[in-house]
Amino acid sequence: MIVAEKKPIDEIIGFVRDYRKILLVGCNECVTVCYAGGKKEVEILASALTMAFMKEGKELEVKEVTLERQCDHEYLEEIRNIIDEYDAAVSLACGVGVQFMAEKYFRTPVFPGVNTLFMGVTEERGVWAERCQGCGKCILGETAGICPISRCAKRLLNGPCGGSTKGKCEINKELDCAWQLIIDRLKELGRLEDYEELIPIKDWSTERAGGPRKVIREDLKQ
Amino acid sequence: MRITYPDSIRIIRLPCTGKVDVIHMMKAFQRGADGAYVVGCLEGECHYLTGNLRAKKRVEYTKKLLDEIGIGGERLEMHNIAASDGPRFAQVAKEMHEKIKALGPNPIRGAIPGQRPSLEGVA
Ligand code: SF4
Ligand code: SF4
Repeated sequence: MIVAEKKPIDEIIGFVRDYRKILLVGCNECVTVCYAGGKKEVEILASALTMAFMKEGKELEVKEVTLERQCDHEYLEEIRNIIDEYDAAVSLACGVGVQFMAEKYFRTPVFPGVNTLFMGVTEERGVWAERCQGCGKCILGETAGICPISRCAKRLLNGPCGGSTKGKCEINKELDCAWQLIIDRLKELGRLEDYEELIPIKDWSTERAGGPRKVIREDLKQ
Repeated sequence: MRITYPDSIRIIRLPCTGKVDVIHMMKAFQRGADGAYVVGCLEGECHYLTGNLRAKKRVEYTKKLLDEIGIGGERLEMHNIAASDGPRFAQVAKEMHEKIKALGPNPIRGAIPGQRPSLEGVA
């Protein structure tokens, strides 16, 4: 999933300070799972903004909606009939959702309610960690299912570096060395000889380095 | 036991403090409560094991949020009192009452049409 964190309330107050009627739009998927922008967070934000405005002697009308997703036309269309009634919208989806809403509703100011961080997993309740950087050419098959691009601080394709100590990364003692994890797992799988194979220089053009990316499936396209 | 506690306090009963969510506490203030406190069982004695510990964290979280929007996190507290400890319950009620009185009314109270709620307690 895409992992995000709530933005500081001050920042959001700053965005909407001059408006009187705002639409708060949550997303039922990724940001709900990481407790940043689901229905509950929309409710809390609505309450916090309302009180912050009241305290300054101003009135604020807040409408709360939470869509199934904000990265699909289908669901974003659900607010088409109401959006013009509001001076601005705050989207609590990831940056993808915020942008798609802004694209679609061109005349409405749309602000982000969360900071979008990474693609990751729920390691345990309340803890999320990065696992993939969408490099466009997955090498997990060569690395025992552990991604050195997202999990090695130096993105080494043939690690570890000299900074790996007792299984931890030199940038942070709490952080597992991705290459230690890879070696441990290769050992477990009885495939340690794979480690001897050098991974060739990666073609980064499929990653962000090649500019914004797009996937087109002619068989599905209308 | 005929123990009294300040009549400014309104009790909202819940099966476990683990049921108290951030939004419940926020709404209490949004509706004009001057203060609120969550009363849970003693730590380690939750019937549902960790309900009161989760409540404590949510109270902490909400206090921060209340600070950030200028309502004041000190208006919200969590207390752990044994279910059988009536005197302590009354004592805490009195202390909260005094504390909130000293802090004065909820800063948004004037902006809530037709409402003058008093101290609100969540138990
Ligand atoms: S808008 Fe973002 S958070 Fe919502 S489903 Fe799509 S990717 Fe996930
Ligand atoms: S190799 Fe690339 S696609 Fe595969 S998990 Fe790592 S970043 Fe993601």
